[in-house]
Amino acid sequence: MSSDRTIAGLCVVAVALAVAGFFVPAWMVFIGVISLAKGLVVLGLMVLWRTGLVSFGQSLYYALGAYAVGLAHLYWGLTDAFVGVLLGVAVAGFGSFVIGFLLARYRDLFFAMLSLAFAMILYGVLVKSEALGSTDGFVISVPTFAGYAPGADTAQAVLLAFTAAVVLASAYLIDRYQKSTAGHLTTAIRDNEIRVEYLGFSVRQAIHVKYVLAGILGGAGGALVAMAVGHIDPDMAYWTTAGEFVFVAILSGTASVAAPFFGSIIFEVLRSYAMQYAAHVWHMVLGVALLLIIMFLPDGLWSLFRKRARAH
Amino acid sequence: MEPILDVQGLDKSFGSVVAAADISVAVARDEIVGIIGANGAGKTTFVNMVTGYIKPSRGAIRFGGRDITGLPPRSIINAGISRSFQVPQLFATVTAFDNVLIALGIAQDGRFPVWRPLRRADLVELTTQILERFGIAGHRHQLAGKVSQGVRKLIDIAMATVHRPQLLLLDEPTSGVSVEEKFAIMDVVVAALREQKVTILFVEHDMEIVARFATRLLAFYEGTIVADDVPQRVIADPQVRRYIIGERYRHGAHA
Repeated sequence: MSSDRTIAGLCVVAVALAVAGFFVPAWMVFIGVISLAKGLVVLGLMVLWRTGLVSFGQSLYYALGAYAVGLAHLYWGLTDAFVGVLLGVAVAGFGSFVIGFLLARYRDLFFAMLSLAFAMILYGVLVKSEALGSTDGFVISVPTFAGYAPGADTAQAVLLAFTAAVVLASAYLIDRYQKSTAGHLTTAIRDNEIRVEYLGFSVRQAIHVKYVLAGILGGAGGALVAMAVGHIDPDMAYWTTAGEFVFVAILSGTASVAAPFFGSIIFEVLRSYAMQYAAHVWHMVLGVALLLIIMFLPDGLWSLFRKRARAH
Repeated sequence: MEPILDVQGLDKSFGSVVAAADISVAVARDEIVGIIGANGAGKTTFVNMVTGYIKPSRGAIRFGGRDITGLPPRSIINAGISRSFQVPQLFATVTAFDNVLIALGIAQDGRFPVWRPLRRADLVELTTQILERFGIAGHRHQLAGKVSQGVRKLIDIAMATVHRPQLLLLDEPTSGVSVEEKFAIMDVVVAALREQKVTILFVEHDMEIVARFATRLLAFYEGTIVADDVPQRVIADPQVRRYIIGERYRHGAHA
């Protein structure tokens, strides 16, 4: 599937989701918001992954985005969803810009473990800090949208429409980036960093930009989840949260900007049903699902579409 | 006329091994300078110092009047010097076409190339022209890691030309290539570079290649330049024949 068709397809799906939010049961709307928001974080992971870099610490930016929204609400009374997402993006973007100077020097396992270390530092800070809610975190009120405060019954549906819009904009921008020269420095960097340098381009800068993009997407995802759940706590920064994003990234594959959202929806649905019908062994269900994906669809769920496209 | 490259008193040691000892040389525009020397004579070290891969311990390198000593490769490439490698440095898992296309994108899209599409009409056209100029258009869809050594060399050199460098250093452009291919490769390369008015320095072991393509020849021995003249005279120099070219070539020459 060409990326232009992917974006067109995403447009249709995003509009359909936004409209459907007002007609389907609340639990579906909630799963929709959560999976799209987490899909944003996974989209960020995908940007790094295509260059061979796996971040085991995207929970850092996810939590930064969420806490930016939470703290702005707690201390300044801010409830606006637009401002919330912008704030989450700004804080996570700044954080990834600063940490990126260090991480852009590392590759492979060192990159993965260092990113994890930063996430765990934030977790430690959040747990120990009373002002930041400590282990309990704190509650956030229902978001407003540029002055419009939807009623309790439609709040999640409006948030879903808003999330779909953020997802669409992000997917378009990331797709555009991936088609650019810097976006093509993925396998090229994996193949040969010396050549990239001898073409007059800084590999570190290229990776730094990817890291900041991933951070921004992580922040946006965290901000949206915070608004949807109405509560934030330090577990958002914990390594198991980061592991979940990596899980979904493997599930999704890196072939298309739509893949993370597709994978994320499948994951959230799978998890909800697994928790409901196999409460004690749901981890095992997810583990087996991942095993099957790696064995039979090593390029992720999205490769199902590509295989079909090739067959026709 | 001011030399395009002016190297003064370059020294480089790796521990107790002296790789470059007081190298001084000035290269004029439009020269095609061959560099010969036995293995370990300091030829690649010289190329590496000029292109910023290693920093000289002492000495100065001026390019077009500007001091570029110790600058990183990126700055040197952007100043107008480019290089190819003895072992071609390619993006092995993408096609020959995309290797050159990515190189062109980097050369043309500025420091922050995150918005303009790489696969746009003008760059695709330019890439096709470059592949044709280097005679490798037939390999455009093949992965760079899967083509023959000769084609890899040509892709490597083609990628080094996308910045339209004023000075190009070729590190053994025909090594690892069959005897039949050597002359063909050099013909293609020199013709393509002459068209762009590039000054060339090339490291080479094959005296026939050197004699045919170089307008000037430097002979390296134990980290320093021991002969610097037109190729015929350098090749005829008894010291060069004895220490660099060796017995085998002498027999061949008299055969």
